[in-house]
Amino acid sequence: MEALLNRYRNLTVLLVVVMAQLVLLAYQVKTNQDVRLIRVWAVTAVTPLARVLEFARQNTVGIAEDYFVLVKVRERNRELTDENGRLKLENQFLKSQLQTAERARLLSAFQERTPSKTLPARIIGNVTGSNARVVFIDRGSTDGVMRGVAVVTPEGIVGKVLASYPTAAQVQLITDGTFAAGVISQKNRVHGTVKGTGQSKCIVDYVQNEEKVEPGEMFFTSGDDRVFPKGMAVGTATVVKQGKSFKEIYLIPAAFQQGLEEVLVVLEGVHQAIPDRNAVAAAGVKILPPPPAEPGQTRTPSAGTAPAAGVAISGDLRSGLSTPADRLKERYKRVGELQNHTFGEGLPGSKPPDFTINPDDPKFKAQPGAAAPPTSAGQPAAAATSQATPGITTSAVKPQPTPGAAGPSPAKPTTSPAAVPPAARPANLPAQSGAVRSATGTSAGPVAKPPLAGAGTPTRDTAGVKPSTPGTPPGGTAGVKPPVSGTGSVAAAKPATSQPTPATVKPSSTSTARPGLSTTTSPAKPPAEPAAKPSATPGAAKPKPPAATPEPDRAAPTGIRNRAAAPAPESAPPKARKPAPGDSEGLPFP
Amino acid sequence: MSDLSSDRLLADVPRRARGFRLRPLLIVFVPLAGILFQVYMPRFFHYLGYIEVPLLTVVYFSLMQRQPVVGVLVGAVVGLAQDSLSQQPLGIFGIVKTLVGYFAASVSMRFDVDNPVIQFVLSFFFFVFHEFFKWVLIRALLGQHLDFLIQQTLLFGLVNAVVAVPLFLILDKIKE
Repeated sequence: MEALLNRYRNLTVLLVVVMAQLVLLAYQVKTNQDVRLIRVWAVTAVTPLARVLEFARQNTVGIAEDYFVLVKVRERNRELTDENGRLKLENQFLKSQLQTAERARLLSAFQERTPSKTLPARIIGNVTGSNARVVFIDRGSTDGVMRGVAVVTPEGIVGKVLASYPTAAQVQLITDGTFAAGVISQKNRVHGTVKGTGQSKCIVDYVQNEEKVEPGEMFFTSGDDRVFPKGMAVGTATVVKQGKSFKEIYLIPAAFQQGLEEVLVVLEGVHQAIPDRNAVAAAGVKILPPPPAEPGQTRTPSAGTAPAAGVAISGDLRSGLSTPADRLKERYKRVGELQNHTFGEGLPGSKPPDFTINPDDPKFKAQPGAAAPPTSAGQPAAAATSQATPGITTSAVKPQPTPGAAGPSPAKPTTSPAAVPPAARPANLPAQSGAVRSATGTSAGPVAKPPLAGAGTPTRDTAGVKPSTPGTPPGGTAGVKPPVSGTGSVAAAKPATSQPTPATVKPSSTSTARPGLSTTTSPAKPPAEPAAKPSATPGAAKPKPPAATPEPDRAAPTGIRNRAAAPAPESAPPKARKPAPGDSEGLPFP
Repeated sequence: MSDLSSDRLLADVPRRARGFRLRPLLIVFVPLAGILFQVYMPRFFHYLGYIEVPLLTVVYFSLMQRQPVVGVLVGAVVGLAQDSLSQQPLGIFGIVKTLVGYFAASVSMRFDVDNPVIQFVLSFFFFVFHEFFKWVLIRALLGQHLDFLIQQTLLFGLVNAVVAVPLFLILDKIKE
């Protein structure tokens, strides 16, 4: 045995060692456990050497590497510095381009907004002289720039043209010592004369000490100088002091706040109203839409009226169904449609529709007959009225006979805003002011008068026509703003001169419907449709309602507050109107 | 091993008596340096990871000692140390290098391992043997289905054989 082991000693050792390792391997695989002790030994034996090796490398090869790296870093640093400078220049150039584009955009927006005919120009240089505040612009007589015309920016007036040459013009800035222009304060309408001082500020002269001017008050051009159109911003009063005979008012020009590079030359000025302080304050303010409708309540999508300049009114804020009263009105209207009831037609004492039914019930929704309720003669005309007056935001359209459409001219179709004679528009009030007015309070109608007690008989129509005379006899004028006592039940809109014929709408009232102020239009109806419908004559008591009568859109009922499908102010610029005493946007009864 | 002028490939007598004793410190540190090389150097030179320095040290010591027992022990220790620094169970490298050490020591008694050509051929052969037997053990014992890349193995075998000849020369110098 011993000889055998000696003879095969090597093989025996090999087998033993291999078998031992096989057992070790099998143990690990079987128990899925590691033999940690051996690994600890190996790691402990190897890692100190690795650490020493790494330390040696860092202090030998690492230093050499760092040296070469630093040599490259120095060169790289120089390259990066050069590139950084180049990028800074490029960035500065791009920022300048961006600012130029922004100024051009603002200038273009202002040019589209203002009624005056303007010509964009760029300031290309100053005249010689240290005290002179005169610059050259790149537009001259070949472009139509004449001596004496105004030069403005969206922020305010800049100056006026002193001399016009074929390729350039000299513009005297309002800070020039010899400049003067008529101004008016915004709040108290105090007239004065703005004069340049040769410095960065201007003074407003010839304002009596007794006049009331507050610091911070804006001054606008008064138009008295026949150079600057009325209503352009001049500047803000910073210092207001009592003087010997006149106040000392110092003004910071508004046009110079953002620098002066691009300007507009006013070729044909149009006077404007002095902007309302609230409108100015609201400029640039974004108003959020109202919260979403509660479940089961629908909110009528509708186009909005023309917002004020710079005011972003979005979403349902422009919708007429933003209040519970609006939703109630919509519900009553749908109830009436389901029962083929025309509000405003029933005589006092007649049976009212059943308001207990739920118009959202699917069985009612499936009724096809509900789509064409019988309407009175006045309703198509009223609908036509609502469609023919885009941009009007109040339903209380006061009938005002126009020369061309005065009286009961029944055959006259509804008139589009474009057909409104210019005479109906105040000459000194441009379309923009109407737009501003319509969005800033005159006709903004989300806040409506709730239905008043006693007036809430749901027999009133929602055609949204309001008589100008408060004493309209009862008997059914559609959409008449109910008096507080609320006993009347009129069926049709009546102009002031019309007879109180029930269920009759004088189409003349539509032709004088105040554009730019409201009204009810259905987005689903094309504008030409109402015009094709015959309007009712006073004699024709009730036209044939069903087939030709357009179904009032449920989503956009012909109500006072429904401004749906009101054309955008760009397509049909709202026109200014004289505010009528009774021209409030009362909530009509359904 | 520095007898490069020898033209004999086969020894006429068994060389057991010609084995010499290595210094113990060298036996410890050379395999450790080989393991350290494999652990540390691929951090900076990735392709150095393909050089199996621990295997070459096992081959060297087995060839020089000409004692299969020593080859077995050296191979087992180096293989287990290599296993310890890997993520696989202990024993794979140990078994393989044990076999390599045994066969290298057995071969050294029949061949003139001082000849660089023999060293080159043996290094190439043992590398391929090492890789193949490792693949067999991994498939058989661990159940892992790895592919045996023949061309890559042959190529790396050549590389290791090329490295082995100067490495053995250096170790000869250190030994002396």
